[in-house]
Amino acid sequence: MTAFVELAEQIGNATAVEIMGAGTQRGIGGAVDASKPIVEVRAPTGIVSLDPADMTVRVLAGTPVGVLSAALAEVGQECPLDPEDSAATVGGVLACGCSGIRRIRYGPIRDRVLEVRFITGQGRLVRGGGPTVKNVSGYDFPRLMVGSHGTLGMLVEVVLKTQPLANKSSWYTSELSPALLRTSIYRPACIAWNGKMTYVLLEGHEIDVLSQASELSLEPAQSPPHPIGKHRGRISIDPARIGSLAKRLEDIEVRWLAEIGVGTVHVATNKDAGLHDARLAAHGEGGWLLREAGAPLLDPFGVVPSNREVMGRIRDAFDPSGKLNPGRLPFARFTP
Amino acid sequence: MGRVRVRAEPLELILYQSDAGTARGQASVVCFPESIDDLSFAIRAANRHRVSFVARGSGTGLAGGATPVANSLVIVMTRMNRILEVDPVGRVAWVEPGVLNLDLTRSVRHLGLHYAPDPSSQQACTIGGNVGTNAGGPHCLSAGVTSTHVLAADVVLGNGEIVRLGGLEPDAVGYDLRGCFVGSEGTMGIAASIAVRLTPDPPETRTLLADFTSVDAAAETVSGIIAEGIVPAALEMMDAPITRLVEEFVGAGYPLDAEAVLLIEVTGLIGGVDAEVDAIRRVALEHGARQVKVAITEQDRMLLWKGRKSAFGAIAKVAPDYYLHDIVVPRTRLVEVLKRVYEIAAEQDLLVMNVFHAGDGNLHPLFVFDGSEPGIWERVYAAGDGIVQACLDAGGVLSGEHGIGLEKRDYMSLAYSADDLDAQARLRDAFDPDGFANPEKILPAGSRCGEMKRAPEGTWI
Repeated sequence: MTAFVELAEQIGNATAVEIMGAGTQRGIGGAVDASKPIVEVRAPTGIVSLDPADMTVRVLAGTPVGVLSAALAEVGQECPLDPEDSAATVGGVLACGCSGIRRIRYGPIRDRVLEVRFITGQGRLVRGGGPTVKNVSGYDFPRLMVGSHGTLGMLVEVVLKTQPLANKSSWYTSELSPALLRTSIYRPACIAWNGKMTYVLLEGHEIDVLSQASELSLEPAQSPPHPIGKHRGRISIDPARIGSLAKRLEDIEVRWLAEIGVGTVHVATNKDAGLHDARLAAHGEGGWLLREAGAPLLDPFGVVPSNREVMGRIRDAFDPSGKLNPGRLPFARFTP
Repeated sequence: MGRVRVRAEPLELILYQSDAGTARGQASVVCFPESIDDLSFAIRAANRHRVSFVARGSGTGLAGGATPVANSLVIVMTRMNRILEVDPVGRVAWVEPGVLNLDLTRSVRHLGLHYAPDPSSQQACTIGGNVGTNAGGPHCLSAGVTSTHVLAADVVLGNGEIVRLGGLEPDAVGYDLRGCFVGSEGTMGIAASIAVRLTPDPPETRTLLADFTSVDAAAETVSGIIAEGIVPAALEMMDAPITRLVEEFVGAGYPLDAEAVLLIEVTGLIGGVDAEVDAIRRVALEHGARQVKVAITEQDRMLLWKGRKSAFGAIAKVAPDYYLHDIVVPRTRLVEVLKRVYEIAAEQDLLVMNVFHAGDGNLHPLFVFDGSEPGIWERVYAAGDGIVQACLDAGGVLSGEHGIGLEKRDYMSLAYSADDLDAQARLRDAFDPDGFANPEKILPAGSRCGEMKRAPEGTWI
């Protein structure tokens, strides 16, 4: 708590603050405006309490996901935050709002957060939600904070819902169409498609994993290679339109991997205009592209949400002087 | 809106002065929109007359969330009850808020799909109301509560403006306004259409009935199952008084001499299901279960569930009045809190029955009494205070699925600090700066820093 109070004072007194995690996703959400003197702040680290019989864990936001995963694995559990780099901090992953590759089965990361403690731009320590697996007492701050890019407050502590580690977890490939696999498999952990090959992750009881794999003649495989390139982004699209998006992506120089049934499409390219072209393809299908890395001249989101006024008022309510990660989430500023 | 859809007859106003809870208010006008334009028109009209408004579904809420305060306009959403679109491949349905929860599941059953949140009132309650309270139900243990299943909503804000929150794409740009809206009890606007996720029916389902000679043993079994690394599809507990009552009512085969029973459902593929059934049976027997019966046929399973879901109907036979609580505690504290619930009932000389979502730690102590007995309501309220305190002392929260409404509004400051409540008030005001959307609910007076504390006008709780 002392650490929280000190951080709250520091944030309350600063004119501009950049909230730092491990820096693994620093390109997401827009560059922090460097025109003001910036104070870098980091959330404290450590697991506060882990009770396997509650299937919840209270963890400080600066804790690396890898450290949390190791502690949970010791008691046979996990929390599927699944960042690409396990050095990423719990707070950083939540603030960026990027869900992991097993989302089709385990849901988005916003469904994992039961309680949050955060420090507002005014230096107030606020708690929202509660430590139990079910809770409707007041407004859902845990979900609001996920994907808010540190513009409403600095996450300092969260309670996450955990789950038992699957008895078996295996990747396969298949030549069947992703749509057919989607309807044939009960609760796959991931179906990923790159236009040529479909990758399937099955998790559960060993008997079920093996029998599903043999029924569909799936071939054991490594996990799908994540698209690599200087410029990276993720498209968010109605999953029903992945097929037509794929056709558009074929015409441009990008590598991509789509999460079937979810609508997340990971794209990467070394071509300077590649991410811009992928964004246009996403817009053509009613989706949008989040810039994750590289492409410094590209707008971080490329779209302005229709409800930006509400977002602007929310941001003003928690950070009236605009000191938290200034420049990030540029559309969410109230203009009366 | 025409005359038919706007009413202000005294008798009708009385009908809409409360939900299924105990708080009474006063409506000025009642209207029945049939489209998003009607809804927006009604809200703008209320704005012009500086009148607040409150949405109402079937009125099954228990926390007074739909109770009109300050002569609000009551907007009854039951005529907006169309299922607009079902996409069986994408497993998404767009529905209007007045669609009944069970009707949605019935309409997609032939596709091998269902809508997962299943509150006990699912035959009567609306999807819109479920969104308002972020409703749960027995199967939310593994499937998650309403917020997990709502992808998007077209919402009319407090000023009549129409906005889309969330979307069919996995992540919307910017803040998760959809997440804020679900569970906001009508204080951030009213949904006119809602996109919900549909869930594939599991290939295998087993329903287990375990009976115990002590409540403690049953509660310890609950913790034991979770500690074993099993998250069943549902894990419900009923104590002796309610079990006997239900058995007389439906004849589902519940043991009449048990002190507590657990109703446990396991779903999935056969390998996992068999392994979990074996493990649950072992844990239950280790904790002193007398027997563990496994229902496999649809008919046997349905009968067991019918018993569980008609529990609240059955109590009408015992006494004319009841008061149902809704609290959640960490699952590891279930045994001690349940003990405390019985002590509190004894201290107030009240009959208490417990039928609840044990796997979630979500308790529903139910006091059954005759409200005409002098002084009885004071004892019922005193017991309620005691239960809330016991829950908070054990690290629990004020509500799991019924919401705060008016009923628990004044407990909020026991659960949250002044800064926490100020933040909640700021979030609400950002959605509804004029404060016309269901005022005086959720947050106690004085939540905003510097605000005067005052009692809501025209209400008694």
